[in-house]
Amino acid sequence: MTKEKIKIYYSKEQLSRPITYELVKKFDVMFNILHADINYGSEGNLITEISGENRNVKEALKYLNEVGIVYKKYNKFIIRNEDECIDCGACTAVCPSGALTMNKQDELQFDKDKCLVCELCIKACPIGVIDVEL
Amino acid sequence: MKTIAEINEKIKKGKAVVVTAEEVISIVKEKGLKKAAEEIDVVTTGTFGPMCSSGAFINTGHSNPPIKMQNVTLNDVPAYAGLAAVDIFIGAAELSSTKGMQYGGGHVIEDFIAGKDIKLYAKSHGTDCYPRKEILTTINKFNVNQAYMYNPRNAYQNYPAATNSTDKTIYTYMGTLLPKYGNITYATAGELSPLLNDPYYRTIGIGTKIFLGGAVGYVSWQGTQHNPSQKRGENGVPTNLAGTIAVTGDLKDMSTRYVKGARYHKYGVSLFVGIGIPIPIIDEEMLKYTTISNKDIYTNLVDKSGNETYDVSYNYEQLRSGTVEFKGKKTLTAPLSSLPRAREIANTLKDWIQNSNFTLSEVVSPLPREDKVNKLEIREIK
Repeated sequence: MTKEKIKIYYSKEQLSRPITYELVKKFDVMFNILHADINYGSEGNLITEISGENRNVKEALKYLNEVGIVYKKYNKFIIRNEDECIDCGACTAVCPSGALTMNKQDELQFDKDKCLVCELCIKACPIGVIDVEL
Repeated sequence: MKTIAEINEKIKKGKAVVVTAEEVISIVKEKGLKKAAEEIDVVTTGTFGPMCSSGAFINTGHSNPPIKMQNVTLNDVPAYAGLAAVDIFIGAAELSSTKGMQYGGGHVIEDFIAGKDIKLYAKSHGTDCYPRKEILTTINKFNVNQAYMYNPRNAYQNYPAATNSTDKTIYTYMGTLLPKYGNITYATAGELSPLLNDPYYRTIGIGTKIFLGGAVGYVSWQGTQHNPSQKRGENGVPTNLAGTIAVTGDLKDMSTRYVKGARYHKYGVSLFVGIGIPIPIIDEEMLKYTTISNKDIYTNLVDKSGNETYDVSYNYEQLRSGTVEFKGKKTLTAPLSSLPRAREIANTLKDWIQNSNFTLSEVVSPLPREDKVNKLEIREIK
């Protein structure tokens, strides 16, 4: 089993294509859609986790290339310098997926699995202790 | 009834009973007001939030030949020098002329406290008594004369929560506000906050000795925009912007743990300032004020785009829960002020007092209890 986090970019023409259905049928992969921003008639993107047998995930991504759908693999992730973080919570205001939240002790909590790597928190951090790591 | 002198006697003997403004709530619930008021001598408060109206005076010492400094920059951040020859004031919200919003006065102050060398550049028209016309050197906290923080407005008694009614993200000193009421931000230490624990300024006044940035400081004056006449709830707690204090303390003794430069994306720079104020429990009434809890502290909601006004308020328990209901929708809430650090400040001050390292001061003069805030009208120049 393997898991990849990807962002699929849909062009105007590709929007009506049920691409996730095609991949599920053809390659027996699972989708966990994290974020979708689709404006019908223009363009859109979809952030998703795609998981399944190693070979199947690989084949599914190859298929996307073949049919001309652009995607980006997330190989970076957000890191927070915990020693420097002051737990002010300003970053939680912009986190769209609830990866950054305040816990019961009013400390900042970061759930990596929920992170979409949208990078909004990097700019929202007043003391600059959040960054992306490749 | 206890006098401050009596409390100080107990502090000196190491016998004072000191609790934080959070701890006091359950103690009073358990023991009752009367008994707790006899036992408790001091309640400590704390706050650690961004406070733009902050800055520091530095006297650099004279060079040879001397200069009357003008157009001063510290690490390329403009400082004010319209004072005597080598007295300068660096304001927390001033922006770097080379790094823009990435660095500013708040960061200069933090770097100074850290003991780093700060690049000083100044020009002058040159006078008979101050012939030098330009200077480029470094200063740090070990080679200057006085360096003291002077913050004209800190520790706001209460602060409205913020949202955004427009269809675009806006960037404010209340953080990044998402379109169409996408989030609500708020800034408070709530039940730990100094002026919320003494809502009528009975014990906090000019001359009050405080924790400031990790060192001992003092309340030096009422803060700018001090507005004690603000609408208050039945418990005396204002529901909007109210009292403020001006504070001062020795920058050289402070710690970067409690004084931290900050930047707010597309807004500018500011300074996180740590303040802790001890509240002497002189009587039951004073203890009662310190038992205020987050669910009893309400604040109004404002539209930071300035387009809409609301008759909506939330208490800090609701805001701290992570979501509140606004316009029929569950809306994300986010804090801007650090509660763990505020708690740490209240506990540090508690330790200082328990260990006889910090005694309380009498108020030299009270803060005004009636005052109003004026608007700036656009007047014709005649």
